[in-house]
Amino acid sequence: YPYVTGTSVVGVKYKDGILMASDMGASYGSTLRYKSVERMKPIGKHSLLGASGEISDFQEILRYLDELILYDNMWDDGNSLGPKEVHSYLTRVMYNRRNKFNPLWNSLVLGGVKNGKKYLGTVSMIGVHFEDNHVATGFGNHLARPILREEWREDLSYEDGVKLLEKCMRVLLYRDRSAVNKIQIAKITEEGVSISKPYSLRTFWEFNAFRNPTVGAEGSW
Amino acid sequence: MSKLDFDVPAKGGFSFDLCKRNDMLMKKGVQPPSYRKTGTTIVGLIFQDGVILGADTRATEGPIVCDKNCEKIHYMAPNIYCCGAGTAADTEAVTDMVSSQLQLHRYHTGRESRVITALTLLKSHLFNYQGYVQAALVLGGVDVTGPHLHTIYPHGSTDTLPFATMGSGSLAAMAVFESKYHEGLTRDEGIKLVTEAICSGIFNDLGSGSNVDVCVITKGHKEYLRNHLLPNPRSYVSAKGFSFSKKTEVLLTKVTPLKEKVEIIQAGEAMEE
Repeated sequence: YPYVTGTSVVGVKYKDGILMASDMGASYGSTLRYKSVERMKPIGKHSLLGASGEISDFQEILRYLDELILYDNMWDDGNSLGPKEVHSYLTRVMYNRRNKFNPLWNSLVLGGVKNGKKYLGTVSMIGVHFEDNHVATGFGNHLARPILREEWREDLSYEDGVKLLEKCMRVLLYRDRSAVNKIQIAKITEEGVSISKPYSLRTFWEFNAFRNPTVGAEGSW
Repeated sequence: MSKLDFDVPAKGGFSFDLCKRNDMLMKKGVQPPSYRKTGTTIVGLIFQDGVILGADTRATEGPIVCDKNCEKIHYMAPNIYCCGAGTAADTEAVTDMVSSQLQLHRYHTGRESRVITALTLLKSHLFNYQGYVQAALVLGGVDVTGPHLHTIYPHGSTDTLPFATMGSGSLAAMAVFESKYHEGLTRDEGIKLVTEAICSGIFNDLGSGSNVDVCVITKGHKEYLRNHLLPNPRSYVSAKGFSFSKKTEVLLTKVTPLKEKVEIIQAGEAMEE
C-alpha cells in the first residue's frame, strides 16, 4: 500500500514535442511532507518519465530504467532506446508485478521524441497502457482531462501548451487536497530534455462571494 | 412480564426492524434491487442579475440508462428552483415536500418565499435522516435579499457559493467552472458557461448524458429552458423502416410523426397551478 504519494501528472503533445507538468509535492498520508520532490526525470536521450503514486516505487523504476539504458549504451551500436521501447518495457514490468500481487503503486506518464516522431503514453499500476495526444494521472484524470479534451489542438505552440498545462495545474491546485503550489514544466523535443525551475502559480481567491458569502442569507455558511 | 401492546414505531425517522433480515438475505447472496439513481452532473452559477441552474438528463439504474430525458431541475417556488442528484425518488420526494411546505408558508405570511427558508427546511429534513435520504441538491433562487445559490449534501451540511457542481460529473464540470468563471457575468455568458460545464460532464462522465436543461432565474422572472441543447441526437434511422413477418401483406403504409400527436404543456405553468 502506498504511503508517500505524489499527486497528478499532466502531459500534452505540442508542435515540437511533448510538454509535461507536475507539482513538486509528496504527501505522507494526509500531511504534505515533502515539497521539493522532482517527479519527472529524463530517461536516456529521447524520453521523459513522470510518475504519480508511491515515490519509493518511482525511485525503484528509475533504477530499473538506469540499468536498461546502461546495457543499451554498452552495445554501443549507435541505436538508442526511444520512448516507444521504454514504454513497452515499463508496461511489461508493471503488468508482471501486478500478476505477482506485488504492484509498483504508480501511474506513469512517458513522453518523448525520436526521429521526429512524438510519442506520449501512460502506464497504470495494473498494467493498463495506452498512447494518446494528452494524458493525465490521478486526480488529473477527472479534473484535467475534460479541459484537455476541449482545448487541445494539433499544432499547439510552446506558449499555448504551457498556458494550457498551467490552466490544468491551477484547477488541480484549487480542487485536489494533496496538491502544492510549486510546479515544474518539462519539455522534450528532438534536441533534448529541459525541465524548468520550480515556480508557483498565481491563484485568485478574491471573489466577492467568497469574501462575504452570506451577505444575503444570514445564518447559513 | 406483562404483555406489551404491539409496538407502534416511534413517530418520524425510520424503523430499523427489517435491517437484520436484509443483512441475513445479503449474506445468503440475494442482491437488493438496484434503485434508480440520477448519476448526474448538476451545476449552479450566480451571474449579474440572478442565478442560472443547469442539469443533464440521464437517469441510470445500475449500468442501464432508464430515462434518456428526465427532468432534474425541480420547482420549489416561483422564484426558487432546485437541481437534484443522488437517488431519484429521494430528490423528487424531498423537493415536492419542501415545495408544498413553502406554498403553505406563502399563504400564511403573504410574502414571496426566501431561498434560505427552503434551505433550512431541506437541511433539517436531511439531517434528521442522517444521510439515509440520499439527495444532493443545488438550490438557487432570487428573493428580496438578492440572488442565492446553495449546495446541500445528503447528510445535511450546506454551502453558499458563487458557483457549485454536484453529482458524479461534478469534477468535470468544476474543472470548467474553475478555469472560466469570473465575476459580473452577463446572462448569455452565464448560460454559455453553464452549458459548457454540463457538456463537459456529459461527455467525460459515464453517469451523465443526453441533453442539457437550463433554468435562468432573475428578479421577478424565470425561464426554464428544457432541452436547451441536444448534443446527442439520434442520427441513425434504419432506412428499411418497419418490416412485418413474411405472412402478412402490407396493404397501406402511413407514417405519422409522433410530435404532431402529443401536445407539449409548458412545464413551468403546469406546476404552478
